[in-house]
Amino acid sequence: MSTGKEQVIYWLIRMVMYAIVMVIGYIIFDIVWHGLPALSWDFISQYPRKGGAEGGILPAIVGTLSLLVGTIAVSLPLGICSAIYLSEYAEQSRFTAMIRLAIITLAGVPSIVYGLFGLGFFVLLLNFGTSILAGCLTLACMILPTIIVSSEEALRAVPSGYRDASLALGATKWETIRTNVLPYSLSGIITGSILGIGRAAGETAPILLTVAAFYLPRLPNSIFDQVMALPYHLYILATQHPEADKVLPLQYATALVLLLLVLGLSLGAIFIRIHFRKKYRW
Amino acid sequence: MVETSLFPADTDHVITTRQVNFFYGAVQALFDITMDIPGRRVTAFIGPSGCGKSTFLRIFNRMNDTIAGTRLEGEVLINGEDIYQKSNNVVHLRRKVGMVFQKSNPFPKSIFDNVAYGPRIHGIKDKQQLAGIVEQSLMRSALWDEVKDRLETNALGLSGGQQQRLCIARALAVGPEILLMDEPASALDPKSTIRIEDLIGELRNDYTIVIVTHNMQQAARISDYTAFFYEGRLVEFNATKKIFTKPREKQTEDYITGRFG
Amino acid sequence: MWKDKAMRLLMVSAASTSICLVVLIFFFLARESAPFIVKPGLGALFDTQWIPVSFIKERFGLLPLITGSALVTGLSMLFTIPLSVLGAIYIAEIASPVEREFLKPFIELLASIPSVVLGFFGLMVLAPLIKHFFGLGTGLTALTGAFLLTLMAIPTVITLSEDAINSVPRAYKDASQALGASDLQTIFQVIIPAALPGIIAAIMLGTGRVIGETMAVLMVTGNSALMTWSPLAPVRTMTATIAAEMGEVSFGSIHYHSLFWIGLVLLAVTFILNIIAQRVLVRYGMMK
Repeated sequence: MSTGKEQVIYWLIRMVMYAIVMVIGYIIFDIVWHGLPALSWDFISQYPRKGGAEGGILPAIVGTLSLLVGTIAVSLPLGICSAIYLSEYAEQSRFTAMIRLAIITLAGVPSIVYGLFGLGFFVLLLNFGTSILAGCLTLACMILPTIIVSSEEALRAVPSGYRDASLALGATKWETIRTNVLPYSLSGIITGSILGIGRAAGETAPILLTVAAFYLPRLPNSIFDQVMALPYHLYILATQHPEADKVLPLQYATALVLLLLVLGLSLGAIFIRIHFRKKYRW
Repeated sequence: MVETSLFPADTDHVITTRQVNFFYGAVQALFDITMDIPGRRVTAFIGPSGCGKSTFLRIFNRMNDTIAGTRLEGEVLINGEDIYQKSNNVVHLRRKVGMVFQKSNPFPKSIFDNVAYGPRIHGIKDKQQLAGIVEQSLMRSALWDEVKDRLETNALGLSGGQQQRLCIARALAVGPEILLMDEPASALDPKSTIRIEDLIGELRNDYTIVIVTHNMQQAARISDYTAFFYEGRLVEFNATKKIFTKPREKQTEDYITGRFG
Repeated sequence: MWKDKAMRLLMVSAASTSICLVVLIFFFLARESAPFIVKPGLGALFDTQWIPVSFIKERFGLLPLITGSALVTGLSMLFTIPLSVLGAIYIAEIASPVEREFLKPFIELLASIPSVVLGFFGLMVLAPLIKHFFGLGTGLTALTGAFLLTLMAIPTVITLSEDAINSVPRAYKDASQALGASDLQTIFQVIIPAALPGIIAAIMLGTGRVIGETMAVLMVTGNSALMTWSPLAPVRTMTATIAAEMGEVSFGSIHYHSLFWIGLVLLAVTFILNIIAQRVLVRYGMMK
């Protein structure tokens, strides 16, 4: 039995927890409450007019989506292969330790430093210019550690008995991985990757210097084009727009679209996790 | 010393080891093991936990290769071929030498796909041929009647004993000559254990079976020959009857009479 | 077999890219900041003023930016540490299983809100609040930034601290309770001390995240590069400086190189925090 004094402390801790929950709830509520009235099909499907003061955000949505597709295309194969190496092939060696150190380091690099690196390396040295390509590569570098770590975890969760049985039947190591390790860990890999991609969708600092266009009311033609992007567009509307107060509803609606995109990705990841957990049980 | 004369004159020695030493990193697990294992007979390895019997078994299909930092000295011949020669193909070896594990480990796939897994990776694509192999293998492992109507259901829905017999069918489907069994019944209930033992009895005429067991009654019931291991050494190897009635070594006697282990 | 070897090679090369990336990042930051050493010389970084564009005399002192980052980060950790540790205790030890199933995704939700959205919220809601509450001329202050950064750090620190608390062997708890300790005594006298290395590592990783955060602070801290320790004054952090000025700087100028120096300092600080945190985790066997 707890004493009365302990009960008080329990309630204090509980209050702290629920205060955090309420703040999160309030942020989401505030954005939805103010953003919803300004959100319409026209807003999503039209080009901006008058420097973003009127019209929609279609180019920003398309820009962000194309960045996400490109980022996934680069980081997913690289991340999964790295994770396969770490989980299936790596021995206790200096090389492995170095890879792990590198991944930990990459995970801690601030996003603006990725932006600086992307500017120096992809934009200037490799001469990709301020472009979708440079932006995707920069974002891919940023989320690579997330994808590696979550994929490795998913691969390690596959019981070793499957690997042994497959090898004992005469399968090669790669056949074993392809047929009896990867399929069972796919849901975990996808879940982790979506969470990584969600992070990329909301990041502004890395694209600020590598791809984002201030105001570009058209759709991109190639990977060497600049694009508008949702987070950058929101930043511009909120802080750089000459008539920031007038475009307030547009700001909230943009924030809402971005929030929905990111939360949608997170919820999708959670859904996939639950769905697949039922399929493979061991 | 072990004398080869303990086998009848016409016996093929399918597996032969010469002065095998085995190391996990710096730790030596097996010491100077030399023995011949006869073809188309059941040979049981017994001994207390950690005596090296499972390690020794896993040498025959090079499963120890999958553990980092292991090292083998000496010669291991199967049908006269040194399986640890560089030129020897592990995949080829494991096709000839099947293995059944202690913990039944069917893949989380359908029963059919489990049995067809081996043949498929070895390049058989023809559906009819695969179906034939699956049926034959399941019949041999005495599981066919129980599962023939639900081949497409997930193998994880089977009972523990059925899962283990499925694993045996899966190993048979590749067409091995030798079957290694690492305590195949230790996780099963008594009734399922007896079914597995019966099955081993049915397979003994067609396969060379090497079984690791900690259950001495089981060794006595199903094996023709028994090897007793202790602390990484082969203490005694003889016809099962002799081991259990007139052991030559004091350590063997102590073990089978239950004085240790 | 050749296929098997080829696949292995592919995996090794993929894994090696992480090492290459780290080397490249350090190399590029070093390369782009190096010319600054020649002109105007390293000493210029220790100036107390940051006036990169000026008709009279340009100044590239990192000190006001470093104190800006330190002030915002320090304030933020002041809030983050108690809130997160108590939150982690609540989730790991007090909450019912049903509550836990609801709280954990909720915290994850906070982690997934983009920093620019948080910054926007700060601009719209938090800054006016602070302006009126303290009767200030502007709500864009170090404190405003610190509040937002607290929101960003909380998910990291709660999740990692909770892992640390969960990794305390059950036997400790049982032993404590068998000796007649109450649940609360067990939590504060047995579990928290045992989980302390993990919690400290969590705080360090959270700090690293806060120092490197850009958009939220750029939007709400007022961006005035003055050396101050007042929470209610506008400040400018290192990250915000890069984000705000890199777009307008002319390539190859002293100003350009000085921004890479800021990046280098940021990278070094977060790298050191990260490495120490990992060391702590490995040392106390709390590595997952």
